[in-house]
Amino acid sequence: MSVSHRPLSPHLGIYRWQLTMALSILHRASGVFLSLGTVLLVLVLLAIATGQSEFEMIQGLLNNIIGQLFMLGWTVSLYLHMANGLRHLIWDAGVGLGKNIANQSGVFVIAFTVIATGATWALAIWSGS
Amino acid sequence: MAEFTLPANSIVKKGKQFEAPTGATNTKRFKVYRYDPDDGQNPRVDVYDVDLDSCGPMVLDALIKIKNEVDSTLTFRRSCREGICGSCSMNIDGMNTLACIKAIADCKGDVEIYPLPHMGVVKDLVPDLTNFYAQYASVQPWMQTDTPPPPDRERLQSKADRERLEGLEECILCACCSTSCPSYWWNSDRYLGPAALLAAYRWISDSRDEATGERLDELEDPFKLYRCHTIMNCTNACPKNLNPAKAIAEIKKLIIQRKT
Repeated sequence: MSVSHRPLSPHLGIYRWQLTMALSILHRASGVFLSLGTVLLVLVLLAIATGQSEFEMIQGLLNNIIGQLFMLGWTVSLYLHMANGLRHLIWDAGVGLGKNIANQSGVFVIAFTVIATGATWALAIWSGS
Repeated sequence: MAEFTLPANSIVKKGKQFEAPTGATNTKRFKVYRYDPDDGQNPRVDVYDVDLDSCGPMVLDALIKIKNEVDSTLTFRRSCREGICGSCSMNIDGMNTLACIKAIADCKGDVEIYPLPHMGVVKDLVPDLTNFYAQYASVQPWMQTDTPPPPDRERLQSKADRERLEGLEECILCACCSTSCPSYWWNSDRYLGPAALLAAYRWISDSRDEATGERLDELEDPFKLYRCHTIMNCTNACPKNLNPAKAIAEIKKLIIQRKT
């Protein structure tokens, strides 16, 4: 029987999610989302430079639930990618790659992301009201 | 390209159910991946209720009990039953490990047993390790020297030099690490995987080996080495508590250091 007829054993569907594994794929996803956010930033700057009606249009786009969710996703992505990027930088120096420390630094990345996102939004809401 | 879903011939169906013997009070349910290359059917998951009162403590004990008493067609590799041969590596309770040193008591709920992930299945829990062994061979895991050995003795090593091999030379090639790595799942045709790279680093670290430069040349490749994205599943899975992720990071460091 030819080798190619062999079934492929299950992988993603059965492997138990590890924190380090989840953060790895989230790092990639947040990187993509940050690129989308950069496009938005350019659009906002263009609108400001063009005139008041354009600025109000872009404000209108963002001042609704979808726009706000996008902004929230952008904030989360920014802090997650930043903290996890630093973690990768430290790893590249050969430091912090033990089983326990790698999982602990993962918890730290998530905690930092939640706190920094919360603080940013608290500041935004407080200064806006 | 990464295929996240299983091909049609690999989708796992519901299998048979085997009840525990009557009178058994302390039973545990084992859900075991089965594939028979001779019947032309898709793989399935058979369910076995095992009487723990007449079973050894480890998952391998349960598999051997099933094979001896319930279903002699169940196929798996095993040899030493004490974590040194690396034969009984499989995916138990969602993690790759050795069945002989995984306690049944450490599995919460039903014990789900699959072959090592994203591998061609020969039969039941036996994966095809041909590519894995070829990758190991490709890093030339033996001592290479240019200088002749001393005429009157072996090539000696200081205690400190020998200590640098601790945590590297204990690998038993069970393939738990490589087959836990998503990067290896999607790119095992070109990415060497954690086990082969750990072996490569073991020889790079050996004070007696004189082929470090050639070894690094061979590894400096976008796929062979740099598909490691520090996902860390390898280190989390290793049943011998080795750290392939760290070894890979050290190889990357050496390649950068020799450029400066």
